[in-house]
Amino acid sequence: MIRLTDLHKSFGNNAVLRGVDLHVPKGESMVVIGGSGTGKSVLIKCILGLITPDSGVIEVDGQDVTEADRDAFLARFGMLFQGGALFDSLPVWQNVAFRLLRGSLKRPKSEAREIAIEKLRRVGLSSDVADRLPAELSGGMQKRVGLARAIAANPEIIFFDEPTTGLDPIMAGVINDLIREIVTEMGATAITITHDMASVRAIADDVAMLHAGKVRWSGPVSKMDDSGDPYLHQFITGSAEGPIEAIR
Amino acid sequence: MSRLLAAIGATTLGLLAAIGRLALFVGETLSHLFRPPFYPREFGHALIQIGYFSLPVVGLTALFTGGALALQIYAGGSRFDAQAVVPQIVAIGMVRELGPVLVGLMIAARVTSSIAAEIATMKVTEQIDALVTLSTHPMKYLTLPRVLAATLVMPVLVGIGDIIGIFGGYLVGTERLGFNAAAYLKNTADFLTRLDIISSLVKGAVFGFIAALMGCYYGMQSDRGAMGVGRATKSSVVAAAILILAANFILTEAFFSA
Repeated sequence: MIRLTDLHKSFGNNAVLRGVDLHVPKGESMVVIGGSGTGKSVLIKCILGLITPDSGVIEVDGQDVTEADRDAFLARFGMLFQGGALFDSLPVWQNVAFRLLRGSLKRPKSEAREIAIEKLRRVGLSSDVADRLPAELSGGMQKRVGLARAIAANPEIIFFDEPTTGLDPIMAGVINDLIREIVTEMGATAITITHDMASVRAIADDVAMLHAGKVRWSGPVSKMDDSGDPYLHQFITGSAEGPIEAIR
Repeated sequence: MSRLLAAIGATTLGLLAAIGRLALFVGETLSHLFRPPFYPREFGHALIQIGYFSLPVVGLTALFTGGALALQIYAGGSRFDAQAVVPQIVAIGMVRELGPVLVGLMIAARVTSSIAAEIATMKVTEQIDALVTLSTHPMKYLTLPRVLAATLVMPVLVGIGDIIGIFGGYLVGTERLGFNAAAYLKNTADFLTRLDIISSLVKGAVFGFIAALMGCYYGMQSDRGAMGVGRATKSSVVAAAILILAANFILTEAFFSA
């Protein structure tokens, strides 16, 4: 469904992506791991068109994304941002229903609100939070609202950028379980970016490890522990000793 | 010598690049003016934020400026036995120059800074990226409503500022300097021309456009972090103030050069 071929992206002299090849089949949950600054977020921002790659091809369902109708293309996506990226000036329900209140997916306001409240319930939040502002919510609740917004328009493809960063282990576990359940029940294709190994094991069907601007290893999560790749082994064990330099 | 030339060249290229970026930004903003979708709710919100909530600061600025202007003209005019021109000079001074310029500068301080800080914060917290992923063009959703609202509401603010400024001069003139109230008002009304009023309102529209545009531009160009937001806010106000003063000179030249 999503195929990246020889993707390159540099910022000045810093070559972040140096020929990334990746394939994410339809309905699969791919988790991209890698150290900080290895270009994981850049990768999904390139797919979404938020960053323009220097070279390489990004295809969704065999179509080059640069040739696709932008609105129709984005309407297929949902995204949970690392910090939530909720709109401060809008109440929670309008954040969740943002896409349903404007543009091609516009619905009547009452219907959009109902859908928003249903999605909030789906992520474990009561309707009481619907009229609150994002600043009045805890970090975990904001993540859930971000998750509800990502799934509000029933997207075919969902991206999760560091979904458990900044959360306590229990809340991180709740978010991981929610992501896994939602991806499974919606049949969506998902790419999750994380360096939280608990998230990887909870969310992934497949794993790809980015290192030095390329996919160092990719395969099913069940084979991750026996990969025989020293880089992957060091990363999943969190060891300071190994081929990955601890000081970067 | 070659270093000096290189520095001058680099500065010139940097300036031209900045002008080019700003011109592209203006072009892109205006290109959304006639292309749906439109966001009337955001436009209405911007009208209230920029127009209604600026009324107190505009009113107080104009009131005190008008009063001080009357005192200065009286004091200066008395040297030539020309104290009687206070109503006329207050009116022309407020309507042609001080009303639009001071309202423009106050709006640059209040509105430009607020727009720049808001949009810069949205950028560093990935809210702008979130807008894009939600199929919403940031220029259309954030920039156009603010620029359009400021351009339309500023002539109204300037008009109100002009009236309050003249009223400030009237209060000082009649209560402190001993002018006859009816004569003061008559002299004011008789002296102002239609061109004075039109120039004031046109200046207001241009200054409103500049003020909102600078806020949006520097907000969108913001670097990461708190320092980036601070720098964007400061730069936006400085740029807006300078451009307003430069535009004021050009418009004055255009309207009133003999």
